[in-house]
Amino acid sequence: MLQYTLKRILLAIPVVFFISVIVFYIIQLPPGDYVSNYAAEASVAGEVFTQADMDAMRADLGLDRPVYEQYFIWIKDIVFYGDFGFSFNYNKPVLAVIEQYMGLTLTVSLVTMAFQYLVAIPIGIYCAVKQYSIGDYFFSGLSFLGMATPHFLMAVILMFLSYTWFGDPLLGLFSAEYVNAPWSMDKAIDLAKHMVIPVIVIGLSGTADLIRVMRGQMLDELNKPNVVTARAKGLSERKILFKYPTRAALNPIVSTFGWSLTSIFTGSTITAIVLNLPIQGPVMFNALLGQDMYLAGTWLLFMALLTVLGTLISDILLAWLDPKIRTEFRGT
Amino acid sequence: MTAETVQPQQPLLRVQDLKIRIQMDNGVMNAVDGVDFEIRKGKTLGLVGESGCGKSLTSRALIGINPKECETSGTIAYRSSQEPEAKGEALDLLALDPNGRKIRSIRGRKIAMIFQEPMTAFSPMYTIGNQIMEAILIHRTKNKKEAKKLALEMLGKVGISDQEKRFDQYPHEFSGGMRQRAMISMALSCNPELLIADEPTTALDVTIQAQVLELMKRLQQEFGMAILLVTHDLGIIAEMCDEVAVMYLGKIVEQAPMKEIFRNPKHPYTKGLLRSMPRLGGNKAKRLESIEGSVPIPVNMPPMCGFYDRCKDRIEGVCNRQSVPATQISDTHTVRCFLYSDQKGGQ
Repeated sequence: MLQYTLKRILLAIPVVFFISVIVFYIIQLPPGDYVSNYAAEASVAGEVFTQADMDAMRADLGLDRPVYEQYFIWIKDIVFYGDFGFSFNYNKPVLAVIEQYMGLTLTVSLVTMAFQYLVAIPIGIYCAVKQYSIGDYFFSGLSFLGMATPHFLMAVILMFLSYTWFGDPLLGLFSAEYVNAPWSMDKAIDLAKHMVIPVIVIGLSGTADLIRVMRGQMLDELNKPNVVTARAKGLSERKILFKYPTRAALNPIVSTFGWSLTSIFTGSTITAIVLNLPIQGPVMFNALLGQDMYLAGTWLLFMALLTVLGTLISDILLAWLDPKIRTEFRGT
Repeated sequence: MTAETVQPQQPLLRVQDLKIRIQMDNGVMNAVDGVDFEIRKGKTLGLVGESGCGKSLTSRALIGINPKECETSGTIAYRSSQEPEAKGEALDLLALDPNGRKIRSIRGRKIAMIFQEPMTAFSPMYTIGNQIMEAILIHRTKNKKEAKKLALEMLGKVGISDQEKRFDQYPHEFSGGMRQRAMISMALSCNPELLIADEPTTALDVTIQAQVLELMKRLQQEFGMAILLVTHDLGIIAEMCDEVAVMYLGKIVEQAPMKEIFRNPKHPYTKGLLRSMPRLGGNKAKRLESIEGSVPIPVNMPPMCGFYDRCKDRIEGVCNRQSVPATQISDTHTVRCFLYSDQKGGQ
């Protein structure tokens, strides 16, 4: 098992390197660069930006060098100094920008995820056990609705409802008075209140998805002969349900956990913009728009890394959960 | 048999008028349509029939583990000779709540079951040991150490060597025959009075089949249990059973002691089955006989003999007009066929 894990990690290195090249190529693709963008915005504001100004700025930011040279400087700094470059937009190192948003992003994502699993798994089990009952139809209908409703629309609707019922659309993650306040009990409660809408909105389609998967898996498992065997042994229905079908049905769900790693770290972009959430999604979006290349590049690279890592985690989880695969490893 | 047994003639299990109906889109399917039989202590009853004749449903109905779509009626009178039921009246298993405590205390403990697919009858998620111990932990002891000891002992009894290692292995590490042995050890771990074996050797190859049957016979003598053997294989019946019930389309068409069935079959279906059995020294040039036609689906059937369309000896105007009553040919031999009935005229 350990050997397998090490092998997979070693294999991931060239993959990540290759991705970094592509990432750098992609962020260079749009016409213009940060400076031309900046100049365009400045001229809209009425300032005059001459060609000489722009050249000076480019030289200052290192954008006048050939692309491959820029790439190697970027990679060299990452590998040797852990320096991911400088964000032009924020006028700070990239890492500082990412760090600034990471805490809240993780909070929102993890709470959303917990919400998804806690809601979806019991409902999935219920729907399978009571297949074709009114409850099953109700939740199935609801989950299809959840899958089909666009996030941003849901966000707007919930904000509207919150405004009409409570007089506050609950925009952002904090009320105005707490944004810059130090952490306190009141601030935490305020955060929890503001998280209800984002968690529901971001979690909804995932929940709907999970309900479908869990229900399908359970229906498969409930008809397996091992359930009949367990029944013939004299086990109670409840014990059978949790020991056999549920355990088996959870496998694919737990093992795909790794795939959600990227979304945990980025958070939902569009919903975050609509709800004005201070999380990574919108930061990333603006970096791409403004051609803040090192920030955008770091983000893309980071996401690629998380995808590779997530797949690895999924594979390891699957191997660990499935005795068949597990014993194969024990054998070697 | 213990001296306590009040009426030695009383069967362990008496099934009367067992009916299983399943609601289908196009009507009600009478999957099991009025089955009667008895299982005596320590004896083996064979239930033979083609796929879909209702034999598996019948066997599972005895301990109430059919899916809830199956509407079951009739009586299943169970008269245990073991404590605590020993002195009481016969218990109607069908009248019990199928998920209730009482029936669960009988399942696995008094009446155990083994299944056709040893591949899938074990869950791939848990070790063999865990799954064998489970039955012991429900019925015999709460002590895990003791349960493990009993389980290991049982694994030894069914001929699995190196039990300690095998105990911690998963089903996929066992071969088919091994898995069926493990299954038998699981079923017998609580020393049941009746073992229901639903096609126990169908999924195994012939040599393993023989070993497993041998094992079952040996354990039957050791534990003194009765066996209900469900199979489509007449060879297995000949080897294992004391009594045979031939099932066709949800009804028992003929019932007699094993030797009687083979020597003196009465029902055209039983005769057909016996003729379609390959024999050593048989004429190789001749094709093996088969029964023409296929089993009808018992949905919205008019009252008639279910075998009518395939029967060579059918009597038109009789067999397709009314349902066939059972005829007692001798003390031990009954057949459900108008050829032997005095009620041919009907109405």
